[in-house]
Amino acid sequence: MQKKKIATVWLGGCSGCHMSLLDIDERILDLVKLADIVKCPIVDGKELPEVDITLVEGSVTSDEHEREILHIRKQSKFVVALGDCAVMTNVTGMRNYFHLQDVIDTAYVNAISNDREGQLPDHPALLRLNDKVVPLQEVIKVDFVIPGCPPSADVIFYVLNEFLNDRVPDLSDVKKLRYG
Amino acid sequence: MASIEKRKIIISPVTRIEGHARITIQLDETGAVDEALFHVNEFRGFEKFCEGRMYTEMPTITPRICGICPISHSIASVKACEMIQGIKPAYTGNLLRRLIQLGQNISSHALSFFHLSSPDFLLGYDSDPASRNIIGIANQFPDIALRGIRLRKFGQEISERITGKKIHIMGIAPGGMAMPLTAENRKALLDWIPEAKETVRIGLEIIKKFHRENEAMVKSFATSPTLYLGMIGENGEQELYDGNLRFIDTDGTILQDQLDPKRYLEFIAERSVNWSYLKYPYYKPFGFDKGFYRVGPLARLNVASKMKTPEAQEEFLLFKAIGNGKPVHGTFYFHYARLIEALCSVEEAEMLLNNPAITSTDIQTHGRWNYNEGIGCAEAPRGTLFHHYITDDTGKLKNVNLLIATGQNNPSMNRSITEVAKQYIHDGTKVSEGMLNRVESTIRCYDPCLSCSTHAIGQMPMEIDIIDKDGKLVDHVIR
Ligand code: SF4
Repeated sequence: MQKKKIATVWLGGCSGCHMSLLDIDERILDLVKLADIVKCPIVDGKELPEVDITLVEGSVTSDEHEREILHIRKQSKFVVALGDCAVMTNVTGMRNYFHLQDVIDTAYVNAISNDREGQLPDHPALLRLNDKVVPLQEVIKVDFVIPGCPPSADVIFYVLNEFLNDRVPDLSDVKKLRYG
Repeated sequence: MASIEKRKIIISPVTRIEGHARITIQLDETGAVDEALFHVNEFRGFEKFCEGRMYTEMPTITPRICGICPISHSIASVKACEMIQGIKPAYTGNLLRRLIQLGQNISSHALSFFHLSSPDFLLGYDSDPASRNIIGIANQFPDIALRGIRLRKFGQEISERITGKKIHIMGIAPGGMAMPLTAENRKALLDWIPEAKETVRIGLEIIKKFHRENEAMVKSFATSPTLYLGMIGENGEQELYDGNLRFIDTDGTILQDQLDPKRYLEFIAERSVNWSYLKYPYYKPFGFDKGFYRVGPLARLNVASKMKTPEAQEEFLLFKAIGNGKPVHGTFYFHYARLIEALCSVEEAEMLLNNPAITSTDIQTHGRWNYNEGIGCAEAPRGTLFHHYITDDTGKLKNVNLLIATGQNNPSMNRSITEVAKQYIHDGTKVSEGMLNRVESTIRCYDPCLSCSTHAIGQMPMEIDIIDKDGKLVDHVIR
């Protein structure tokens, strides 16, 4: 069997989903026997090459995320929304109840520890925040979702292992399909 | 030579696929480095969107700020809640929280050292980037890779064996803990202690050997003096969970001692800057330009008078000897400090697990809303963390202020990057691989939370554009 290629990407999330992926612990050494992790907070990543599976953590919150997720879609046979933020925005989407400018001002102008001499972040190297945070499937077609905040390491390992062995994972069991 | 005047070098993770951090290096007329701007590209807006929610939700919402140090957020948050209620946590509940926090410190430090940094030390900075990661370590030093993975696992298991979950646990609640530690789980954790200690000792050997063999580099690596802030116990010992604060100056003179964290606003202010979503905090009495201070393992060891546990204390004395009684400013020593802390955390976890009270079910006291204001503080793996809440008379949040550990290192991180860039770039048209590696390892010394976005296990992808003052691309480096 030819070795598959996996990528994992972090958009607007807390990295907890990636940490849960790391919680597969020693089993990561089994995974790399079946697949090369080509792009990720795991190995050196240049341009995202064509890959079999990309796991995406987090919501789409900015212009850059939007460009990234479209690029990921183009390069990946299978896109997996990893965790509640990717699936339905979760905590990252809680700012949707407020005007973006209020959210920004609260942090960069009005915070009680601010010295009132600062500037708003607007450097060209920075991403531009979108008014609303959206889950992945509002921008691209998602092939599989793994809910959870974060999904447990066992579930992540199960899903990857099924895919890598050309089986379709089955999350119907309540223990596997869990939000929060 | 054609006029190059102000040119810019922009370093950013390749194609921005995983985003979050980027560097612009500004050159002067002569092609020498003027300054570096370290861009942090992430903003989620917790301060605003928590408004209107009940304060008691915060220990569950705020861990979602960071998946690597969620426990510290829970703890700072729950302490703010306890101040709002005017209660103290139950004795055993308090011990369990302390134990869980030590677990997080162990797993986070293990990740930083074994997964992220040891490839540089064991395989070399100039080894093949494609295998300069934990998988590469697994191929060449399988025992060390496995041990590092298992040390991180041990820390995570502490949370799991108490609360049933490793990340974003439930159960840290105002008044203590919602679930106890069973005798069986206590034994399982105790059985793991000898292996964990041995792994940290191996890590210490690796870093000390690296120090010996690369003395000149280690000693000259981003050494600008800063102030330091860290938590201490009653007798000046290093402390993560419950203590007061100490600020020291660049010579080690104590500026503030046994400072109640509730007074943080008198001593810390922050300024937002246009090039980053991360603000620039500073020591208020010295002002924005002179008030650089650092937090995290190096800072905690610099401010502390001693460690709580015997083996860590021995190592601590060796650490102190490096500075000859003065603070150790070399940014490279973050790694050493981190391992000494990991050792202390394993030893302290053992002490707590051996305390018969640890399995008691006297874990939670109960209170209700009493006051409008709460401030909580804890040491996250990367440094001191503050949560500050103001509520209305029904307990709904009116105002939330969060001062995050990595934020406080932001000004110094920016300065360290500028220093390294100055050391390596003289003629702005050429950027060497060595320079890329050094900038990357500067960032890695601080182990900023955002680092996991750019390189959790492997080499940090970077892209450098050299742009002249009209925005024309002069050169482009990618790796
Ligand atoms: S789903 Fe939860 S763990 Fe994952 S990124 Fe979002 S907040 Fe973090």
